[in-house]
Amino acid sequence: MKEFLTYLVTGITLGASFALIGSGFVVVHRVTRIVNFAQGSFAIIAAMMAASLLRGRLPHGLAEAAAVLVCGVVGAVVGWVALGRRGTHPLISLIVTLGLSMLVSAAIILLWGQDPVSPPGLRGHVTLLGVDVERQRLLVLLVTLLAFAAVALFFSRTYLGKALTASASNPYAARLVGIDVRRMGLLAFALAGVLGGLAGVLVAPSNALSFSSDLALALSGFAAAVFGGLSSPGRTLVGGLVLGVAGQLTAGYLNGSYQTEVALLLMLLIMIARSRTFVAEEAK
Amino acid sequence: MLRIDDLVVRYGAAVALDGVSLHLDAGEMVALVGPNGAGKSTLLNAVSGLVPAASGSVTCEGRIAQVPEGRQMFPDMTVEDNLVLGGWSIRNRDLSEVLDLLPDLVRLRKAKAGRLSGGQQQMVAIGRALMAKPDLLAIDELSLGLAPLVVAELAEHLRFLNRDRGTAILLVEQEVSLAFDLCPRTCVLEAGRVVAAGPSAELAESEAVRRAYFGDLGVAGELRADTEVPA
Ligand SMILES: Nc1ncnc2c1ncn2[C@@H]1O[C@H](COP(=O)(O)OP(=O)(O)OP(=O)(O)O)[C@@H](O)[C@H]1O
Ligand SMILES: [Mg+2]
Repeated sequence: MKEFLTYLVTGITLGASFALIGSGFVVVHRVTRIVNFAQGSFAIIAAMMAASLLRGRLPHGLAEAAAVLVCGVVGAVVGWVALGRRGTHPLISLIVTLGLSMLVSAAIILLWGQDPVSPPGLRGHVTLLGVDVERQRLLVLLVTLLAFAAVALFFSRTYLGKALTASASNPYAARLVGIDVRRMGLLAFALAGVLGGLAGVLVAPSNALSFSSDLALALSGFAAAVFGGLSSPGRTLVGGLVLGVAGQLTAGYLNGSYQTEVALLLMLLIMIARSRTFVAEEAK
Repeated sequence: MLRIDDLVVRYGAAVALDGVSLHLDAGEMVALVGPNGAGKSTLLNAVSGLVPAASGSVTCEGRIAQVPEGRQMFPDMTVEDNLVLGGWSIRNRDLSEVLDLLPDLVRLRKAKAGRLSGGQQQMVAIGRALMAKPDLLAIDELSLGLAPLVVAELAEHLRFLNRDRGTAILLVEQEVSLAFDLCPRTCVLEAGRVVAAGPSAELAESEAVRRAYFGDLGVAGELRADTEVPA
């Protein structure tokens, strides 16, 4: 029982980071219909940058915030390239984001080398349900929940958030009422950069990240987002948590190296289950 | 207030508008009629700046808002959000004026726009356009698919807007009698060209318009066959 609880709690905290990455996929896809495979890269950039800034004696909080903001800018640049000219097909953009993620990997090797980094985070443990949990992992969960609440409020309550939603809902009508759809797309990418960066600075203290971690992160995040149909932040959060817990359970009871396979398998199952509803929706 | 001079619009190789000129004074109501594929929607979209001019010019003093063909709701958003977004260009979020004018919308505020009936959506589309406080309201197919009673009501709203606010109106309308009735001046478009323009009362008597709209479809039919662009 104790073992199970351990896997459950660590799974939830790990799943939170998947959900955070997944939310980036959702934000971009909702607004632009693009699947942004550079989403994992944001996390790596943020982790590397935070580590450097902390080593440069920037205080905690400030260093992480700066790294996350830089990722917002990187996100906008990725968006600018991926959106391309008006009328560029989302599938073309997807390939472009894949290419960009490779470019980012190369840039990271140039700037920071190939070694994994793990910047210092919160120290110490707390006991939860009789399980020892790193404070840092709890922080991940907490920030994730806050970020999701903030994103949800932003989209549903603010004028800008509504304009973003409108750009996705009916781009033609959005242009008609004077919304600059392209700018909204860039904004979505910037927001995705921030969310991805947030995931990076939060995860790295517990799980060291290197230039090549982006694909695994992106896959897990993508799987969570697929759970939410690439459009629902709420279900993406659930998807991330399920994925995290499932991964920890397999790692604990079977074999740690199967985690990515579990993510892929779950994603496959969800897609098969969802494809029925997609077909039903298309038929309408 | 609106000057369209020798406007040419192309979709790829196809010419949708071929040298159209049309002037509107402030507070004027002008109807735009013509067969399917004549270029009416294209003209409105050129006026709204949604399609670029290949040559010629469109200048407008004041704000333009469009009630587009097919209503173009934000279907998964509420009526309230649809309306609020209509005011995006001038950051107008105050619904009270539009709801005063279109009181039917009050009880629909929280409904998803995609779930409304055609007439209700048309009402939302008009309300959304009005949120931009336009000096010129361009309406594409006011009566399409609507019950006569609803059309009469909408027409009344338009008259009121025009009289009370001085809003100029450019109305695309297939129901020619409605167009003539509502707008003192009419412009007839066929195959991307203006083939007749003038006071509605005179056009109603003219040979070309009668041929095209009141029975004998000869000319318009031939033109349509010529202008159809293969998909
Ligand atoms: N997006 C587009 N791409 C290519 N051709 C187009 C496009 N939109 C319109 N056309 C063509 O331009 C011409 C004019 O179309 P438009 O929609 O302006 O006609 P309309 O007068 O509004 O017709 P209707 O009464 O059927 O609404 C048509 O021949 C049409 O095939
Ligand atoms: Mg039309």
